Amino acid sequence: MNSNDMYQDEIVALAKSKTGAERLENPDATVTLDNPLCGDRVTLDVTVSGGKITAVGHRVRGCMLCEAASALVARDAIGTDTSAVSGGRDKLEALLKSGTLPSEDDAWSTVSAFGPVAEFKSRHECVLLPFEALGKAIEEAESKI
Amino acid sequence: MSFDVEALRRQFPILDRTVHGKPLHYLDNSATSQIPNTVLDAVERHEIAHRANVLRGIHYLAEAATEAYENARKDVALFINAADSSEVVFTSGTTSAINLVAHSFGQGLKPGDEIVISMLEHHSNIVPWQLLRQRSGIVLKVIPATDDGRMDLDKLPDIVTEKCRMIAVTHVSNVTGADTDIHRIVEAARAVDAKVLIDGAQRVPHGPVDVQNLGVDFYTFSGHKMYAPNGIGVLWARRELLDDLPPFMGGGEMIRTVTMEDTIFAEPPHKFEAGTPPIAQAVGLAAATRWLSETDTPEAILHVAKLAERTLSGLAEIADGRIRIIGPQGTQSRLPVISFTVDGIHPHDVCQILDSYGVALRGGHHCAQPLMDFFDVTGTTRASLTFYNNQADVDALLEGLAAAIKKLT
Ligand SMILES: Cc1ncc(COP(=O)(O)O)c(C=O)c1O
Repeated sequence: MNSNDMYQDEIVALAKSKTGAERLENPDATVTLDNPLCGDRVTLDVTVSGGKITAVGHRVRGCMLCEAASALVARDAIGTDTSAVSGGRDKLEALLKSGTLPSEDDAWSTVSAFGPVAEFKSRHECVLLPFEALGKAIEEAESKI
Repeated sequence: MSFDVEALRRQFPILDRTVHGKPLHYLDNSATSQIPNTVLDAVERHEIAHRANVLRGIHYLAEAATEAYENARKDVALFINAADSSEVVFTSGTTSAINLVAHSFGQGLKPGDEIVISMLEHHSNIVPWQLLRQRSGIVLKVIPATDDGRMDLDKLPDIVTEKCRMIAVTHVSNVTGADTDIHRIVEAARAVDAKVLIDGAQRVPHGPVDVQNLGVDFYTFSGHKMYAPNGIGVLWARRELLDDLPPFMGGGEMIRTVTMEDTIFAEPPHKFEAGTPPIAQAVGLAAATRWLSETDTPEAILHVAKLAERTLSGLAEIADGRIRIIGPQGTQSRLPVISFTVDGIHPHDVCQILDSYGVALRGGHHCAQPLMDFFDVTGTTRASLTFYNNQADVDALLEGLAAAIKKLT
């Protein structure tokens, strides 16, 4: 695949949607993660209640792929079980590393939007970073309860 | 005599290849340049006919390899106009050359002594001095940058004090392309009896330098950025300094006599070349110096300057001013290392799309994070040109960039 095709409409639209691209006022936890290879940085706020994610806000200093993944996280996390987040990350990783598509009715099946990134190893971390930040933020939020 | 860029390109077989089905437009020369046939041939001929370890060997090949290695030193000395070839220390690159100086020169420093660097340095001329600060309690001072990405040399009188022992700065910035006025650095250093180290990694690929005329004490550069193989670089220093400095690494090749109690070191430059050196790489570097000395004619330099000018003016015309040049806006006192940002688009996205047009650029912090902070950007996209680039390379860059901006906006 030509790298031009990686920027498919869905990824570009997600990034431009800027969903959740605003910090939360009273987060239960905030996590900042860096990708030392490319310098991408995600700061992610989360609130949780009764084992569910209630709000996500983020600030991304990074590339369009990182922005798109952050927007997807913010869009699809609300109302989902906190325990399903690591599964979402694993589904994304399986998609990137071995092209395994999640089944459609799974939680976090929407990570399939990032299929075109699979071929570009140097960019995998760009899309995984927001998922890792969300996982860490939930861990922190729940450890406080 | 006119300059025939297409004839020059034929000396670089890689420039003929395609990537993603498109002709390659290689504009990442500041990271690593390509190698001409004559250099590849020199390396191959050496490995086929003269491969052996250097020094001490009493057989034909060992003597031939030693001669080739020492002749390479002579070629490099000629290229930078060193007073003597014993002033040329082979290292694995600029980074190891600067680390050598930070260790060996650093050993003679005491807490409170000052080293002056600049905001425009590559990490390889920042971190070794920070490590020295941790070891020895020296004070690190920084020449600031100007808004157009040059060293602010007007600040020298405030920064360089009687406690200064060394000014260590880059000859040409690997981000902004700005060409430093070395004579002003030397003048400031001499006024307080300090030494001068120049990181020439980005300057040397554009033609020979004259270390004696520059009046500096240490000069460093890397082979892989100047049409030579990887794994070889140069530390040049005045002979009297090399005589006085302690060695950095210990091992074979750098000794005269070793007993279990003590070691008498070899004379410079071997005192600083512990272990088996990169021999074929040195032969390649020597071939590259000869090639470059012939190639950097006034016509060739004019050719590159014109391409740089067209690149700069082309960037200004794209996307209604959304492109910001990080560095000097014109071609005065700068080399064709051109960094820019596109408002709202990350450099890695720019580079990824340009790659699909066959255009090789570099995006990110370019190992110069303090400078990125100064310009308040996460990174830049950099196009770096050299003699073998042509108008088609510049056109592909500008066309690809316009398409990338359209796609990502
Ligand atoms: C200005 C400058 N200094 C030092 C270096 C480090 O060179 P090397 O990695 O060959 O040691 C570079 C390489 O990018 C550079 O551009």
